[in-house]
Amino acid sequence: MYGNDFSAEDAPGGGLLGEVEAAEAALREAAERGRRADAPGPDADLAGYFAEVIDADQKIEPRDWMPEAYRKTLIRQIAQHAHSEIIGMQPEGNWISRAPSLKRKAILLAKVQDEAGHGLYLYAAAETLGISRDELVRLLLEGRQKYSSIFNYPTLTWADVGAIGWLVDGAAIVNQVPLCRCSYGPYARAMIRVCKEESFHQRQGYEILHTLAHGTPEQKAMAQDSVDRWWYPSLAMFGPPDGDSTHSAQSMAWKIKRFSNDELRQRFVDMCVQQAEILDLTLPDPDLRWNDERQAYDYTQPDYDELMQVIKGNGPCNRQRMEHRRRAHTEGAWVREAAAAYAAKRAEQKEKVAA
Amino acid sequence: MSERSERTDRLSVTEHSPLWEVFVRARRGLSHTHVGSLHAPDAELALRNARDLYTRRQEGVSIWVVPAAAITASSPDEKDAFFDPAADKVYRHPTFYDVPDGVSHL
Repeated sequence: MYGNDFSAEDAPGGGLLGEVEAAEAALREAAERGRRADAPGPDADLAGYFAEVIDADQKIEPRDWMPEAYRKTLIRQIAQHAHSEIIGMQPEGNWISRAPSLKRKAILLAKVQDEAGHGLYLYAAAETLGISRDELVRLLLEGRQKYSSIFNYPTLTWADVGAIGWLVDGAAIVNQVPLCRCSYGPYARAMIRVCKEESFHQRQGYEILHTLAHGTPEQKAMAQDSVDRWWYPSLAMFGPPDGDSTHSAQSMAWKIKRFSNDELRQRFVDMCVQQAEILDLTLPDPDLRWNDERQAYDYTQPDYDELMQVIKGNGPCNRQRMEHRRRAHTEGAWVREAAAAYAAKRAEQKEKVAA
Repeated sequence: MSERSERTDRLSVTEHSPLWEVFVRARRGLSHTHVGSLHAPDAELALRNARDLYTRRQEGVSIWVVPAAAITASSPDEKDAFFDPAADKVYRHPTFYDVPDGVSHL
């Protein structure tokens, strides 16, 4: 009964879902305040006005003037986000026909359907920046835009579906909750919607692992193995360390990003430790321990050379994922053409009746 | 989600699947609210996709889809001039009028 994900009672101001609710309230409140009264005239200082809107924590909307670099970086980020949702259907889709029970299968289907929906919301948000979805899809298929490195890892067992929900969707939520306050209105609104649905994914993944970890020894070993394989790729999802992150400083100044890669990664580690204890599973890091001075966990950084290799196309499944996506696009061409031809025919018939 | 209709000037119109804006009414008695947009070859498919995409979790009881090209939006440049009259005509608001003490049901 995931209709509950949308009720406020589900998150009484606490947890990540509570933060999403708070971001939504802040967005409403910023809209109520309205813009400064003196909107820029034809020869006003547009850059100054843009800076004032950002400073006032208000939203930039599609028809507002914005620096070309702001537009470009948003297109890059939102498109990559959208592509990730679409490619991300593959590793989990791999287990739909093999899910261990009808209930698990139905839940997995609903989840993959959500991912498709998230891709569509995000493409729609990217389109408000003046680029078409067809163009973005073309850039993906030609390998000129990226998707999240995580989806280049294989799903080898059923437990991987649980690990993806808990760790991968968990990392995505930690990343996306601050984006609910992003300065670009359409992106912030899409993120609010996406985060509410992601929390269902994270919880269902956690439940899969919890069930396995408290099942037979074989099931528990399978759960532990999947956590061992997904832990570091999930940490790498937050991107390169702050010192090496090319877009971070500017994105933070523009309030597209609200926290650095390393801050979010730390937040994720701190969350996962307690959750792993309740699962009765261990995180594969011998140096993971509480640091009283920092009030945070010390942990071993992921292998960033591996991350760069995966981003460059040399991960375990890069070729398979892209081949699959390209094949679906090519083999579906005749269906798209048929739908367009049918729509044109129907429109013509309507015109005749009207005449 | 989508306000792309406001930006159609920047886009080519050679797509197989035009853009549709989606409005959903949450419950009886409330108004339709813009929830986003989607691409579909025709209105019927737009409606079906909107059902799947925007009302998976009992968000609504009624859906409108409108071709994005059919929407004309006001421009932010003329925002002030366009929306100004409300501010200087305070007599349009019920709070402008003094009600004598002791009057009830007014």
